[in-house]
Amino acid sequence: MKRVWLWAPFAIFITLIAVFAAGLINPSDRVVASGLVGRAVPQFALPGALDPAAGLSNQSFGDGKPKLLNVFASWCIPCVAEAPALMQLKNQGAEVVGIAVHDRPDALQKFLSENGNPYSAIGDDPQSRTQIAFGSAGVPETFVVDGSGIIRHQHVGIITPDDVPIIMAKLRAVE
Amino acid sequence: MIAEAGHAALWLAAVMALLQFTLGALGLSSRFKNFLPSTAPTAVVQSVLACISFICLIILFVRSDMSVLLVATNSHSDKPMMYKIAGTWGNHEGSMLLWVTILGIGGATVALFERALDIRTKVATLAAQGVIALGFYAFLLFSSNPFTRINPAPANGQGLNPLLQDPGLAFHPPTLYMGYVGMSVAFSFAIGALVTRDVGPAFARAMRPWILGAWIFLTIGITAGSYWAYYELGWGGWWFWDPVENASLMPWLAATALLHSVTVLATRDSLRAWTIMLSVVAFSMSMIGTFLVRSGILTSVHSFAVDPTRGGFILILLALYIGGAMALFALRIGTVREGNRFEAVSREGALVFNNLLLSTILVVVLVGTLYPLALEATTGTKLSVGAPYFNSVAGPMALILMVGMAVGPLLKWRYDKSKAVLERMAVPILLAALATLLIAIFVGPTAILPLVGLVVAAGVAAASIAPLWKRNLRRTPLFTWGMVIAHLGCAVSIAGMAADSAFTKEALVAMQIGQSQKVGPYTVTLKNISEIPGPNWSALDAEMVVQKGDSAPFIMHPQSRTFRDPPMETSESAIATAWNGQLYLVVGIPTDNSGYPIRMWWKPFVTLIWLGGILIALGGLLSLIGRIDRDLFRGFRSFGRKEKLA
Repeated sequence: MKRVWLWAPFAIFITLIAVFAAGLINPSDRVVASGLVGRAVPQFALPGALDPAAGLSNQSFGDGKPKLLNVFASWCIPCVAEAPALMQLKNQGAEVVGIAVHDRPDALQKFLSENGNPYSAIGDDPQSRTQIAFGSAGVPETFVVDGSGIIRHQHVGIITPDDVPIIMAKLRAVE
Repeated sequence: MIAEAGHAALWLAAVMALLQFTLGALGLSSRFKNFLPSTAPTAVVQSVLACISFICLIILFVRSDMSVLLVATNSHSDKPMMYKIAGTWGNHEGSMLLWVTILGIGGATVALFERALDIRTKVATLAAQGVIALGFYAFLLFSSNPFTRINPAPANGQGLNPLLQDPGLAFHPPTLYMGYVGMSVAFSFAIGALVTRDVGPAFARAMRPWILGAWIFLTIGITAGSYWAYYELGWGGWWFWDPVENASLMPWLAATALLHSVTVLATRDSLRAWTIMLSVVAFSMSMIGTFLVRSGILTSVHSFAVDPTRGGFILILLALYIGGAMALFALRIGTVREGNRFEAVSREGALVFNNLLLSTILVVVLVGTLYPLALEATTGTKLSVGAPYFNSVAGPMALILMVGMAVGPLLKWRYDKSKAVLERMAVPILLAALATLLIAIFVGPTAILPLVGLVVAAGVAAASIAPLWKRNLRRTPLFTWGMVIAHLGCAVSIAGMAADSAFTKEALVAMQIGQSQKVGPYTVTLKNISEIPGPNWSALDAEMVVQKGDSAPFIMHPQSRTFRDPPMETSESAIATAWNGQLYLVVGIPTDNSGYPIRMWWKPFVTLIWLGGILIALGGLLSLIGRIDRDLFRGFRSFGRKEKLA
């Protein structure tokens, strides 16, 4: 057997590793539409991510005021990119509440002090169970919830500055 | 205190693993050869420390110590004790700790009981074990510390995924891990043998019990996992070609191939390079399995807590260990003396045939599992590869493999005559023909793959018992019995799979109370629906009256459970087992007034699938006992002499 051929398994293995690394570095953006659009916010009760007393639950919705629910995490780089748009939405009068997924208080505090805090309340969802209950498959994702607690719209991925007027319009429409 | 003690023990174990590697590696050079004897005791100390660390974590879970982050996020004080304990490894950190603990025990077992192997190869093996363990200790300590505290401690924990509150959980992951760790020991033996160029029958015999043990655990793990998915998920299927299922199947395929090639190496001193390569591949499949599961790069019904840094860490370990091993293989294998040659029609030839087919099936499963990933990385296209691909490609190959399995054990080592083989195969061939005839008469036209499956199963069942013909059964060695039973198990399993896919009857109906539905030979009536409270769930319980012909009716209770902590719905299927199959009922929560959605299946002989799996594992166990008796204790007898030589 030629010596070169002895390196074939090694070469195949390296290719495999490359595929894995590509999969890790560039994770698939699996856009999964939530089946809950048009239905009421699912039942949940999360402790506050920063202050355990100030949590988030389905009771927080349906008080007559439409809200934006942003599912995010401090470890999520696109969430950093999204932060200015969220601040902009808040400044235009939107009420933004957040669900922090797989997060820790210290990391979250750092994230908010660096990127601004548009949230009126943040629920802590360490195992992303509430996220899954909403039919959200990744971070960031944002839901428009109307004043009676019905989910009206799902935005998958980053809210870009271009999306801000669209989302504002959706909020106004369900007021 | 206990969390800190566990954490400290973990650090000390990591130091021991480093020491184990350093002493071993130095000891192999002639300057430091007095380090050689210290490697084995270090391995034992490392394993004891890992055990202490794991026991600390169990204690924390049993006490529901909510000041520990892992306990708070995965346990709940209301949980039954058994699931508190099982909760220890029902999460990422705990399961990785379990993995290094089992790895440590594996290393200690080699250190204490391996006597037949040359001491230099044994030390090289232990050094390799040390490196593997060290990587996983680093992984635990730096990115998945199970002992992290939280302050302030929450009043109660967040519970465990209700799907995992099942007796199956208590055994399924540890079983698979035992299998993975067994493969790691086989891998370390291969590295040890490559380092000292000592590839031969003695090495094969030393490695064989580990492969057998790992293979038994993988077989049990896969069989149990398949049954768990069957009754717990409520989808009526027993194998979904889900990436995580494939991740457990691939090491099994490699281990099965390795099991057969190591026998050739031990008996005939052939297939040296191939056996080494397979040991590396088998362990790499275990690690790739762990990586796929933990990194979350593939979409799967198994949702684990996923974190890209963890995936990255495992990928780096994978690249270092397997890449290193494959490079070592390329550099060293040319200098390993070639083994014995053999004719194509021979036991060795049949085993090579077995190996080639198993490897091909392995590649088919690997490609199918990774193709979506590779495609997305290169072209950005998204797709998923499903059962049709796997069934239509791997299915026929598995059936050809079965034919090989029927013939192989009837062949002689080194050289055999084709005509004589055909004569020995006469009865199995006749039986297969008879099965074809019976199916044609009693069942009528059937899909081709299940039909071939049933026919092959009949032939293989007969052929697998054939090695016992004309033998004194009491003097037949245990490992021959093991082979016969394992092969028979394959036939039984294939028969179950074929019967399930050919004869299953299914009905999905919206039922009002009082309505009836026929499925297979049974008439199922929805008698009543009630709400039942459980310890941490409430259930919609359907009372179904089942009657077969004029026989006495019996009652089945499928449930749809709603868990409180965390909120989640699961269906508890009701399964009635008869001698000739299972009736499987699932109730859902009604979405409108048309009735309760009820799904029912009549699955003839489906139980044979798992019965076959149990037989395969049992065969492995008999083989293992036979081999340990013959290989290891023979090693013990020559123990004194070997040590003096070293």
